[in-house]
Amino acid sequence: MNRFVRERLSFLLPVLAPLLAIVTALILCLPLITWTGVSPWQSYGVMLKGALGSSFALSETLSRATPLMFTGLSVAVAFRARFWNIGAEGQFYAGAIAATLVGTGYLTLPPVLMMPLILLAGFIFGGLLLLLPALLKVRIQVDEVVTTLLLNFVVLLMVSYLVEGPLKDPSALGWPQAMPLTAQATLAKLLGRTHLGLILAILSAVLVWIMNSRAVLGYRMKAIGANIRAAAFAGIPIDRVILFTALLSGGLAGMGGVCEVSGLKGYLSLDLSPGFGYTGIIVAMLAQLHPIGVLFSAVFIAAIYVGADAMSRSANLPSYLADVIVSTSLLCMLVSILVTHRLRRWK
Amino acid sequence: MEILTLLLGVEFWSATLRIASPLILGTLGELLCERAGVLNLGIEGIMTIGALVGWAAVYQGANLWMGVLLAAVVGMVFGWLHSLFTVYLGASQHVTGIGITLLAANLAYFFYRVLLPNVTTPPKIIPFQPLPIPLVSQIPLVGQAVFSQTPLTYLGLLAVAVVAYVLYRTPLGLAVRMVGENPAAAEAQGIDVFAVRTGAVVAGSGLMAIGGAFLTLSAFDSFFVNLINGRGWICIALVIFASWQPLKALLGALLFAGFDALQIRLQQEIGAWIPYQVFLMLPYILSILALTVMSRQAGYPKALMVPFRKGER
Repeated sequence: MNRFVRERLSFLLPVLAPLLAIVTALILCLPLITWTGVSPWQSYGVMLKGALGSSFALSETLSRATPLMFTGLSVAVAFRARFWNIGAEGQFYAGAIAATLVGTGYLTLPPVLMMPLILLAGFIFGGLLLLLPALLKVRIQVDEVVTTLLLNFVVLLMVSYLVEGPLKDPSALGWPQAMPLTAQATLAKLLGRTHLGLILAILSAVLVWIMNSRAVLGYRMKAIGANIRAAAFAGIPIDRVILFTALLSGGLAGMGGVCEVSGLKGYLSLDLSPGFGYTGIIVAMLAQLHPIGVLFSAVFIAAIYVGADAMSRSANLPSYLADVIVSTSLLCMLVSILVTHRLRRWK
Repeated sequence: MEILTLLLGVEFWSATLRIASPLILGTLGELLCERAGVLNLGIEGIMTIGALVGWAAVYQGANLWMGVLLAAVVGMVFGWLHSLFTVYLGASQHVTGIGITLLAANLAYFFYRVLLPNVTTPPKIIPFQPLPIPLVSQIPLVGQAVFSQTPLTYLGLLAVAVVAYVLYRTPLGLAVRMVGENPAAAEAQGIDVFAVRTGAVVAGSGLMAIGGAFLTLSAFDSFFVNLINGRGWICIALVIFASWQPLKALLGALLFAGFDALQIRLQQEIGAWIPYQVFLMLPYILSILALTVMSRQAGYPKALMVPFRKGER
């Protein structure tokens, strides 16, 4: 009987815990809205309608969720092996740079070849960017948290140089943005603002899930994350697995950058990502690092952002409120995770 | 030859110390947390909200020192939140820190926008003015550079001495170092590991927030989005570079700031030939290089990032 209770608990909790975290975050942020003199219930109503209330809103939410799915997967893959990649933001931009280098007309290929090529280029750029901190970690034990964080700033300055210099679009009336991608290098639209990137993100999540649950590599990553010394004792080639994890994690974020440029924006600029890389950490944690969970939590987080945009337009509230709600939900989720663990131990 | 005249100039050394001040405070704060065994990745956000609170208080008519105090208090509140998760609940220090950074920074930006809804050019305040210390500020070069700074820089230098003294010469400092090296042994000695760790994180976060407030109350006179711009992360690199020792942290921050001051001068001299982004990248690349060089000697506190649970081994 006891066993039965535990099974049921562990099945429901991973779904309930993040929901509870988001709801708690929304409640905790009520005083902030009240403080600005706006009715909170009305604003949350506007938010819900703005995020999910119409087919346009829904397509907006899904298109906003697409990059978050990629960065969330990137973080989930890395954190599962306890490789602390906080640089998904930089890798995202690295992928976008790759897409711009390949897809703006230096190369003319039919779309069937062009699309895989820019995705591959983005994957490689993002992966190589993360390979550097990973190499420093496995070779000379340099902490990857700081190196990945600092590289974000380096990459962003690189983008700033590229869009003001060599890749600048001369017809953009002086705006610092890169030349637009050619039609061959543009991802097909699905519904409204959603594009093929959404399908690619779902596909990537399924592949990562299969790798995690069926492949030796996925098992090794988990083993390293659970107990690195035991993993080494069991003969797992730690360094090689960490390097591969880095390549995969950076690559996923890079593909996110490609899809954003090629599916939505059309060109590379400095405001391509409003912190998708950092939000990816929250997406991954809400999903408890499960790749399929990442898809759902990305949609949830995107809904908060899109809804908050609608709210800030109607009630003149700063859109930073969405970031506050989302980061509060990360902290609530941490509590949820701890409580879940306790509950499991008690039974 | 030009470099030599530059290095002998008072302005260069004065600028170095000015650039180093927020880094000194931030690095000291982080060092205190890490010495107690807690990695505080909330530093970037805590510096941001410190910068905002200090500036906003003065903008609303408070005294400059009141602004510094309020910034420190708000920083300490976020430090306390951090320790609640990492010390008492034993949550992941990486994820908690990132969460605190995102929350604190975005709250700062939110409050800034609520305070000033439709402003494009940030309003200014009257910041701290240089306060030359009589007599010693007349000493050529050293005195002129070190003793003609704003009060917050003196506070930073004083903090180095205080933190170094407390860490190495007092029972409290011993307790802090113990809970960072071997919390079980500290507990066996009757030290409350949770309380010491919480205290270190709270105090360290206060220092970080003052470091952030230095930027709005002393270096510049206004707040803007992305003001901190990675300085917090650089502080974390500096802590490792300094092998967790306050005096080395001062040295590291000065060295780093010296390069930064040099870089700014270089940009003025040869900026026409090299894109300015290259110069702006230098601090970050320099930090990564410093980490790479020092990583072999890094003497991590043994219990860094290891949550302590009573009765567990």
